[in-house]
Amino acid sequence: MSGSVLYDAPGPRTIARHRVYTVIASVGLLALLAYAVLRLQQNGQFEYQKWEPFVSPVFIETILVDGVLETLKMAFSAILLAVGFGVLFGIGKLSEHGWVRWPCWAVVEFWRAVPVLLNIIFFGILLGLDSTTNRYWAVVIALMLYNGAVLAEVFRAGINAVPKGQVEAAYAVGMRKSQVMLAIQLPQAVKIMLPALISQCVVALKDTALGYVVLAPGLTFVMRLIYANPDHGQNQIPTVIVIGGIYVLLNLILTVIATWVQRKFVGEKKVLEVSMVGEGDPSAAPVK
Amino acid sequence: MDVVWEHREAIALAFAYTVLLFVFAGVGSLIGGTLLTAMRVGPIKVLRWAAAIYVTLVRNTPLLIVIFFFRLAAPKMDLRFDFVDVVLPTTVGDVRINNIFAACTVGLTVYTAAFVCEALRSGVNAVPLGQAEAARAIGMPFAGVMRYVVLPQAFRASIPPLANVQIALLKNTTVAGALGVSEAFIRMRGLLNDNPTARISLFIAFAAIFVVLVEVLSFVANRLERRVRVA
Amino acid sequence: MRRMKLGMAAVAVLLAGSLTACGDAGEDDDAPEVEAESDCDDKFEEGSRMAELSDAGEIAIGNRVDQPGLGQQDTPDSVPEGFDIDMAKLLIADLCIDPESDAVEWTEAVSEQREQFLQDGVVDLVAASYSITDDRRQLVGQAGPYMITGQQVLVPIDSDVESIDDLQGEEVCAAEGSTSLENINTAGAVGVPAANYGQCAEDVVNGTVPAMSTDGSILRGLAQQYEGEVKVVGPEFSEERIGIGYSKDYPEMCEWINEVLTEAFEDGTWEESFNAHLSSEDEEAPEPPTLDECQA
Repeated sequence: MSGSVLYDAPGPRTIARHRVYTVIASVGLLALLAYAVLRLQQNGQFEYQKWEPFVSPVFIETILVDGVLETLKMAFSAILLAVGFGVLFGIGKLSEHGWVRWPCWAVVEFWRAVPVLLNIIFFGILLGLDSTTNRYWAVVIALMLYNGAVLAEVFRAGINAVPKGQVEAAYAVGMRKSQVMLAIQLPQAVKIMLPALISQCVVALKDTALGYVVLAPGLTFVMRLIYANPDHGQNQIPTVIVIGGIYVLLNLILTVIATWVQRKFVGEKKVLEVSMVGEGDPSAAPVK
Repeated sequence: MDVVWEHREAIALAFAYTVLLFVFAGVGSLIGGTLLTAMRVGPIKVLRWAAAIYVTLVRNTPLLIVIFFFRLAAPKMDLRFDFVDVVLPTTVGDVRINNIFAACTVGLTVYTAAFVCEALRSGVNAVPLGQAEAARAIGMPFAGVMRYVVLPQAFRASIPPLANVQIALLKNTTVAGALGVSEAFIRMRGLLNDNPTARISLFIAFAAIFVVLVEVLSFVANRLERRVRVA
Repeated sequence: MRRMKLGMAAVAVLLAGSLTACGDAGEDDDAPEVEAESDCDDKFEEGSRMAELSDAGEIAIGNRVDQPGLGQQDTPDSVPEGFDIDMAKLLIADLCIDPESDAVEWTEAVSEQREQFLQDGVVDLVAASYSITDDRRQLVGQAGPYMITGQQVLVPIDSDVESIDDLQGEEVCAAEGSTSLENINTAGAVGVPAANYGQCAEDVVNGTVPAMSTDGSILRGLAQQYEGEVKVVGPEFSEERIGIGYSKDYPEMCEWINEVLTEAFEDGTWEESFNAHLSSEDEEAPEPPTLDECQA
């Protein structure tokens, strides 16, 4: 924790002063919270009618089946495809041949820079937004391209993070280029990449919400269904709280998994950090 | 490409909204994120928790839901932005900064501030131990340590991650389009529908403008980093 | 969800015989029941689109899901309800397809996509508050009208606005890509595009925009949904003639649609459906409109 770096262990006077600050801060935060609750109360946001869908079995089933399950399906199909895309273009970016490296670099840079929403609507309109299946795929393809481009960069960095000596040793025992990649670099790189891969799942999961604009299935679709239903008396606030809460929960579970994987396979090393844009200059020849 | 040229004014107006959303939310998120960071690394436990909870909640909620909250849920608890009502006339049409624009900007700010906080915190963590120790040794209080020693260095170390956060913000402004601001995304959607024969060139035009904007941002960030780098 | 709905419908049918006037009955309970025709073997001319659809036993309809009274859907899988939907169901049933079955694919068609859907053949018919215009008839076929309505204004219940003229230079919401949006600008207000009418209505209820404007029938449906919060005001400042869209590739569908609609006008099904979905208690259904001649 950086805290201990920034200040000494407090003496008695500092402790007393901190106690005063703590009280003031607590009162302030509590007042803010109380004000929010009061505002909600005054505007009738705690009425049973507004929360009813979240305790009635029909809607719970809809939320879980049409919401959570669809969202997870969408996120994971996007990530699976993105891994394929990332491996392909990540290796492409490491190629020794400029005519392979440059196009791969351009493709990756392009899809990393274009907002996902633009992709969703573009592929949606190309596929035709007429069926639920096509709306689903519009989101999956858009997420695949964006996350794939990010993963290509993760992948490239992962391969480069494999100690040079490993590669040199492999060449020294007479392995070919493809053998070095497949038998030496890839397995070690995957291990280093795993946590970054899982945190990318969090990004993909959150971005599935963008399917809202093409009425793709998933949690946001169910969200619209619930608050637009006149029987629920305009329960936008409860709906946002519940649906948002579900997203937070799912992402926290993923984060816990990522931490566990990190500990188990990588150790306490720093997570691989990859810049969004403007790095990975293709003119830089690969490490050999 | 004729279609793109024909609609150049509409496209320019749309990107005016995009850039304004980015500027307002960018500045707002830098201020908010800095405050959050101060809370997060400060000595007061309650504030540390509050900031940590804020960051965890917001980071794990989709942006669409955050903006949706301010746009369509907050009015239900009488939280509105009606006081914002400015019309900026431009040569390509009026830019209307109204309550819808304000709500979306607030959503973007609230969301991005959490990521700014994370970026700054990583910067604070990157400041060598000895720096803060030396500052304390000459008797600086926490505020002084932060103000004169840690934060200036932390900002420097945070420029690459901060640039990433701001680039993400630029792309995220499109979500405001899905909820009522006439920015680039919603304009592209309208044009794609109206011009079925020119879809690909329209998409490439919009995408290319975003690529250019993103590259400009990362260029500025690189220059900035080089300039403040300690020799 | 769906099971529950069907169950309720069944109860409604059972009660319909004994209880004629049940004050609290849901608005949709009096909607006409549409039964599929049973004999389609020689009904349609060989090679016509109707014969093809009838033989295939499947049809895709483009409809609205967010317009109370016209086309509204409760869950992604349920059969939508409303006046537009009833017209579509009459046509489906005439092809010997059960309109409540899975043989019908109901697809949300938002304003700006309706022509494209028909041109690309992703839907066979559009019944989605589809106003007939010369522009659209260049691209697709439109039969009808089965309803004539005009653009009005929806404002919060306590608003002083009496017509579109009171909204000069003010922001008025309408769905993106709709004729309503153009009419708003022509009338001197500033059109604000929204993803759909539901979002517009919410913005009016929330006071985010002072008004929204589109066909009176759509607004009345929304006013029913947000009862006591919004009202429909003003004279109709445009005439919208609502019809059924079909693909230009199958011009023979026009005569058939007109025949089915004429039958519904004459046997009272049209009036029954209008009363069930669109009129308030003290309002009589208007006379059915006159259908356009099919062009060649």
